[in-house]
Amino acid sequence: MSETNPTLLVVGAVLPNGSRTDILVEGGRILRTGTGLTAAGATVIDADGLTALPGLVDLHTHLREPGFEQSETVLTGSRAAALGGFTAVHAMANTSPVADTAGVVEQVASLGVRHGYATVRPIGAVTVGLEGQRLSEIGAMAQSRAKVSVFSDDGKCVHDALLMRRALEYVKTFDGVIAQHAQEPRLTEGAQMNEGALSGELGLAGWPAVAEESIIARDVLLAEHVGARLHICHVSTAGSVDVIRWAKARGIQVTAEATPHHLLLTEDLVRSYDSRYKVNPPLRRSEDVLALREGLADGTIDIVATDHAPHPVEAKECAWAEAAFGMVGLESALSVVQAAVVDSGQLGWADVARVLSAAPAAIGRLSGYAAPFAEGTIANFTLYDPAVRRSFGLEHLAGKGVNTPYLDLELPGRVVATIHDGYATVLDGALVDSSVVAASAVAASALVATRAAVARG
Amino acid sequence: MRHLLSTRDLDRATAVGILDVAEDMADVAHREIKKLPTLRGKTVINLFFEDSTRTRTSFELAAKRLSADLITFSAKGSSVSKGESLKDTAQTLAAMGADAVVIRHSASGAAQTLARSGWIDAAVLNAGDGTHEHPTQALLDAFTMRRRLHGSASRGKDLDGLRVTIVGDILHSRVARSNVWLLQALGATVNLIAPATLLPVDTSGWPATIGFDLDTAIDDDPDVIMMLRIQSERMNAAFFPNAREYSRQWGLDDERLARLRPDTMVMHPGPMNRGLEISANAADSARSTVLEQVANGVSIRMAVLYLLLSGSVKP
Repeated sequence: MSETNPTLLVVGAVLPNGSRTDILVEGGRILRTGTGLTAAGATVIDADGLTALPGLVDLHTHLREPGFEQSETVLTGSRAAALGGFTAVHAMANTSPVADTAGVVEQVASLGVRHGYATVRPIGAVTVGLEGQRLSEIGAMAQSRAKVSVFSDDGKCVHDALLMRRALEYVKTFDGVIAQHAQEPRLTEGAQMNEGALSGELGLAGWPAVAEESIIARDVLLAEHVGARLHICHVSTAGSVDVIRWAKARGIQVTAEATPHHLLLTEDLVRSYDSRYKVNPPLRRSEDVLALREGLADGTIDIVATDHAPHPVEAKECAWAEAAFGMVGLESALSVVQAAVVDSGQLGWADVARVLSAAPAAIGRLSGYAAPFAEGTIANFTLYDPAVRRSFGLEHLAGKGVNTPYLDLELPGRVVATIHDGYATVLDGALVDSSVVAASAVAASALVATRAAVARG
Repeated sequence: MRHLLSTRDLDRATAVGILDVAEDMADVAHREIKKLPTLRGKTVINLFFEDSTRTRTSFELAAKRLSADLITFSAKGSSVSKGESLKDTAQTLAAMGADAVVIRHSASGAAQTLARSGWIDAAVLNAGDGTHEHPTQALLDAFTMRRRLHGSASRGKDLDGLRVTIVGDILHSRVARSNVWLLQALGATVNLIAPATLLPVDTSGWPATIGFDLDTAIDDDPDVIMMLRIQSERMNAAFFPNAREYSRQWGLDDERLARLRPDTMVMHPGPMNRGLEISANAADSARSTVLEQVANGVSIRMAVLYLLLSGSVKP
């Protein structure tokens, strides 16, 4: 018999709506909220001055396992997630082998369950081997134990118009969604940075905004035509925001994400030729950053997703053109969102809860996140101190990748505790030991099994 | 001067200073013994990740005339072609005691990355990085212009008021970029002529005027016309229909040559495609500075190596 996880009593947290409450967690669930709660023998977490946010859900994470374990594993990536306040991540399909069969997605999901730091929801590839030729076994992945509902060839664009149409139609069958990496491949051959005045000066091949916007325009019209759900990954340009705003006004079922780095950083950083700033889509102009923030505030952009993309050191210690695209982002996401849109007054904490938890969970058909902090729901939340400021350093990273663009930048806020399925993965700002978390995960799933048995009578 | 990475950060005084030291170096070429002892005991490494016989030879000659110990390291057939990184190659050579690294690389920014990474302590001299900059080429071009204008009275002078037209593949040209910044610092005005496909999409920040029509530019009576090499790979990537049309629209042919003033300088960084961007007559005419550019290249590279490695103003 496994031990049950300890009762947790969070005292004096401020909810996203501004109200102050205690939170009593027992048996994996939020048992009660309110003030003056007591519980004998409970582990007490003093949350005075801390903001309680629902467990963050990342719709766009590269966990790299299987195949690229030198960059990240499910364990290290989900530790990075927990330290960033996330309780669920969606793992992109560009692994080796590619997540294009039920076997691979089930393996990834089960690794997540075993390690216990976060719920790992695999994303299935749209096409076999991400090659853009034939649809992968979308039905088998949807009906597997991993219950895949997001499909993406991320890293590559599904650029063939007919294949994209078929993919949109086909996932409707399984209530799935296609998450499109919008990048016209011919317009971006050899592309290194945003195309504009700076790319011309630096002599770096340009990645024009139109290469993203033209694919989004085509795909929203395809989604309208076949009545399917479409999600746009990492929107990066002002023009894309306009196209999506237009599509939503027409009633097209499109959702969109922006990354923390596209909400904060601009292409001017590329002037250093420091490959930590090399990312796909590239950092854009400040006009684009402002348009993304506005789009996030008015709901045109539905969610923030990290596009956490860890790489080994040697993939970045080279000339710009030879460096890999991508930045790590899980550990810094909440701080960067605070810096970009909360401290500027564009988003409140209730909005942050929406764009980093409820909305991405809804797009990914992940249950348990619709009514955060309601009594009786599974306890997934994070305690965040928005008042502190820190110089972001390597010691604030938990994954294998150190390719963060925020080193030595002063960022607001710090995750103090993360509670996943009723047990702590982060306490006092530090990760709980992996053996403890794994044991907690076993106890939590035993509890679910017991409840199911009781329900069956 | 710690490194020479681009011309964009050179001001007028620094640029004129380099050109003046190059004048002193040019005098050496006319001595019976074309060699100075100045850099004896210093080690210069030519690190060429990209083939370039002309630039490499020019740097070799420059280092030898200054009595430096020189090693040329070409990527072809070396550990680089076996996948060794820029970092490892540079650190390996630095461990051998290099005082200066002359780097040619196909990636824009490679010289800056090498200089700023902390991987090595040596002075870094950019001998062409991707489609970014080629500062010694621009310096030798400016040196050539100044000598044609002022002859033996060149010292201390800039290029104030000189009108320079650069024609061709501006988009992919490190020579054009380095020239635009340096010529502006020296007081010249620059006019860039190319088909729209071979111009960057946004040149609003460039201190240059932009045009598409070579005939209009020639009618404007420039003091200098610089023709850039057209790479054969551009012809297969829809930048223009074919060589014949390019030559007709943007080539310096005999008819256009005849319309230039007798003292208009015709420049080309080489190697030339005779009959494509420049006619044989234009290349061989008295207006042409092509061979002076090659000779002056050695003087400029001597000057830059000297300034990076010895630091004082007079040799």
